[in-house]
Amino acid sequence: MRHAGAFIVGLAVLAAVIGPWLVPFDPSAQELALRLEGPGRLHWLGLDELGRDILARLMSGARVSLFVGVIVVSVSASIGALMGSLAGYYGGIVDEVISRVIDILLAFPGLLLAIALVAVLGPSLINVALALSLIGWVGYARVVRAQVLQAREFEYVAAARAIGAATPRILIRHVLPAALPALTVQATLGMGGAILSEAALSFLGLGVQPPTPSWGAMLNYGRAHVLDAPHLTVFPGLAIALVVLGLNLLGDSLRDKLGGAESG
Amino acid sequence: MWAYLGRRLLLTVPVLLGVATLVFALIHFIPGDPARAILGDVASETDIAQLRQQLGLDRPLAAQYVAFLGGLVRADLGTSLRTGTPVAGEILERLPATFELASAAILVALAFAIPLGIVAAVWRGTMVDHTAMTLSLAGVSMPNFWLGPLLAIVFGVELGWLPVSGRGGIDHLVLPAVSLGAALAAVLARMTRASLVDQLREPYTQAARARGVSRTRAVLRHAFRNSLIPLVTLAGLQVGAVLTGAVITETIFAWPGVGRLLVQSIGFRDYPMVQGCILLIAVTYVGVNLVVDLLYVVLDPRIRYQ
Repeated sequence: MRHAGAFIVGLAVLAAVIGPWLVPFDPSAQELALRLEGPGRLHWLGLDELGRDILARLMSGARVSLFVGVIVVSVSASIGALMGSLAGYYGGIVDEVISRVIDILLAFPGLLLAIALVAVLGPSLINVALALSLIGWVGYARVVRAQVLQAREFEYVAAARAIGAATPRILIRHVLPAALPALTVQATLGMGGAILSEAALSFLGLGVQPPTPSWGAMLNYGRAHVLDAPHLTVFPGLAIALVVLGLNLLGDSLRDKLGGAESG
Repeated sequence: MWAYLGRRLLLTVPVLLGVATLVFALIHFIPGDPARAILGDVASETDIAQLRQQLGLDRPLAAQYVAFLGGLVRADLGTSLRTGTPVAGEILERLPATFELASAAILVALAFAIPLGIVAAVWRGTMVDHTAMTLSLAGVSMPNFWLGPLLAIVFGVELGWLPVSGRGGIDHLVLPAVSLGAALAAVLARMTRASLVDQLREPYTQAARARGVSRTRAVLRHAFRNSLIPLVTLAGLQVGAVLTGAVITETIFAWPGVGRLLVQSIGFRDYPMVQGCILLIAVTYVGVNLVVDLLYVVLDPRIRYQ
C-alpha cells in the first residue's frame, strides 16, 4: 500500500509523457461511422460522440491534468511560501494584513471562487490555472507561516541574525528549509486537489475548450450519452479518480515519513 | 464565555466585508468593458451604454462600491440581466432546494462515516481498518461529477429504481444526496477513526473497561461522545465543500437549486445573478463556520476560559 501511490502517480506521468506515442490514434481524428462504439480490440476503450479514440484522448488529457497540477502547485507554493514566510518572520502588522487576506479567501469555498473567477475571466486552460493558483496559495501560506513561527526561534536562525545576515538570506537559507517537508506534503495533496478542480471546471464547461482533450470535459460530453454509451463516462472518471487516489496515497505516506501538513 | 462570543462575532464583520468586496470586484475582473463582454460584439453602442448605466458601471468606482454595500444592507442584490427580476428573489426561491440537498448529503455522510470510523478505530491495524480507510480514501478521490452519472447509470437506468433528474419526493433526493455526500463521508470517516483512536487511548476509557464496563458501552458511551467535538468542527468546515459540490450535483441531476442557477447564469453571462449566488454561498459558509465555533464552546467548556 505504501508504494501504491508512487506507482500510480508514476504511471500517470508516464502516460502523459509517452502515452500519446503509444496509442496509434490521433486524439482529434474522427471516425464518425463508428461514433459511440464501445470498447473493442482495435479501440480498447471505445470511441466518443465524434468517433475519436477514448484511450488516445485520455493519454492527451493526462498532459492537461498534470500540466495544470504542476503549474498550480508551483505558483501556489511559491506565493504561499513567500507570504507565509513574511507573515511568520516579521509578525506584527505584516502578519496581521496577510492573515486577514487569508481569512477572507478562506471564507470562500475554494472551488466556488475559482468558478467565479473563470466565469468572468473566460474559460481557458490558463485562466483555470490562474484562478486555482490565486486561491491555492492560502493553504501553503498557512503551513509555511506556522513552520516559520517555530523556525525563527531556533538558535541557528538567531545566530545568523546576530552575525548580520540579510533577512532574505535568513529566510531562504535557514528558515524555509525547515518548512520544506510540510510544504512537500501539502504540494502532493494540493496537486490532487488541483487536478480535481480543473476536471470540475472543465466538467462545467469552464475549463479547457474543445478540441483539446481534458478528462473533465470528456465526462461532461459523456453525460449526454449516459444511456447509450456509458463508457464515455466510466473511463475518464476512472482516470481522474485513480490519479487523485495515487496523489492522496503518496501525500499520506509522505506525511507519515516527513510529518507536516494536514490535508485539506 | 460572552467575551469569546463577542470577539468571535466581531471577527466575522471584516471577513464578511472582505467577502462582499471580493464579490463586488468580480465584475471588474472581466477583461475590457464588462458591458460589452456581457452583450457581445454585435451589440449597439446604445445598448452597451444602457447596460453600463443599469449595472452602475458609468459611476466612479467608490460610488459603485458604496451603492453595492448599501444594496446588500437592504438585501438588494440587483436585477437579473436575463429575466429582469430581482436577483435576491430568484435566489430565495431556489434556496430551499439547495438546503434540502445539502442537509440530506450531510445526513447521508454521517450515516456512512460514523459506523465506518468506529469500526476502523475499534479494530485498528486489522484488515477491517485497512479496508475501511482505503474505502474512505477512494471516496475522497472520487469526483462527485463522476459518481453522480455512475449512480444514475446503475440505479436510474439499469435497475430503474430511482429517478435521475428533478426535485420531487424523497426518491428524487436519494441519488443526488449520496453523490454529494460520498466525499464528505470519506473525510468524516477518517476523522471519526483518528479522533476515536485518540480517545480509546485515554486513561478514562481504560478505567471504564477496568470497572467492568462492556467494550461496546466504553466505545459508544464514553470514548465516542468525546470524539464528537472534532467531528462537529470538521463537518462544519466541510459545509463549504458540500455547497460547492452542490453546484455540480445540481447540474448533473437537474436539481433546481442555487448551484444550478449559478451555472445557468454563467452560461447567460448574467453577472448580477452570478455575484448574488456566489455571495449567498460564501455568506452561508461564513455563517456555518460561526455557528460551529459557537457550538464548539458549548461542547467543550475549556474554550470559554481561553
